[in-house]
Amino acid sequence: MDLLSGFDKAFENRVRLQIMSVLVVNEELEFNFLKELLKLSDGNLASHIKALEKENYVQVWKGYNGRKPLTKYSATGAGKLAFKKHLAAIENFINKQK
Amino acid sequence: MGNTTDFQKDLASIRDMMEKSSRFVSLSGLSGIFAGLFALAGTVYAYFLIYYPNSPFGFRFVYVNQSSVLLKLLLAAALVLIASVLSGFYFSRRKAIASGLPVWSAITRRFLFSILVPLVSGAVFIGLMLLKGNLEIVAPACLLFYGLALMNAGNFTYSEIRVLGALEIGLGLISAWIPGYGLIFWGAGFGLLHIAYGALMYSRYESKH
Repeated sequence: MDLLSGFDKAFENRVRLQIMSVLVVNEELEFNFLKELLKLSDGNLASHIKALEKENYVQVWKGYNGRKPLTKYSATGAGKLAFKKHLAAIENFINKQK
Repeated sequence: MGNTTDFQKDLASIRDMMEKSSRFVSLSGLSGIFAGLFALAGTVYAYFLIYYPNSPFGFRFVYVNQSSVLLKLLLAAALVLIASVLSGFYFSRRKAIASGLPVWSAITRRFLFSILVPLVSGAVFIGLMLLKGNLEIVAPACLLFYGLALMNAGNFTYSEIRVLGALEIGLGLISAWIPGYGLIFWGAGFGLLHIAYGALMYSRYESKH
């Protein structure tokens, strides 16, 4: 079996992996919360999320909190599955190195 | 791509993010120590009010159901509560800022909600019992409801807080079994246990930083 099988290209970037891990344990999170937690700029976070959205791993909800625009993100079923598979691949890789 | 150390860094960052995004990790051991000290001060004040110069295990000079005494005790308890909550906010804020985490976030709200539901129910219940003159229930009920609140909060902050919750519940039940020593149990539960827990948490998570 190929040692690198099961790795997800979408999670090669550590920030995307972090975004996904946070969304897997939380139902939904606001843009600003993610920004503060990951210590990213607006543009940086937006582009990483866009990439995950393209893979259909993350879904976006846009609405209003009073007059303030509010953007929330959550992990899709496909995203959670992909994250699990990616973790299993990492585990597998580390075990084989021992 | 990737070697083992890279993946280990990946895993560490995943764990860190999951933890920070789902648990309120800004709770400081110092708030525990201060809450304990305030509670001990309150206990000593109450002792002088109702037992002095006898031992707190012995005979009382005044009845707690005299309304002037009861009022003073309630006032002292309220002061202890306010001082503890304020120091809790202060040290949590300080710790959050020091570790670069948002002070007021969805996690903070979830943590507060989990602790406030049992606590407010308990406070209302105890208030009603006081109005009915049912005084001996106050100390055990304070400890019980507080212990339940901490058990509940264990889902959203350091899980060690559950041990503190279990001990408070245990003390509450013992104090219900042996009425008349409410002040001793109250001082042990809110004073000594808080200080011990706060010191443990501080040495475990904060003293190295």
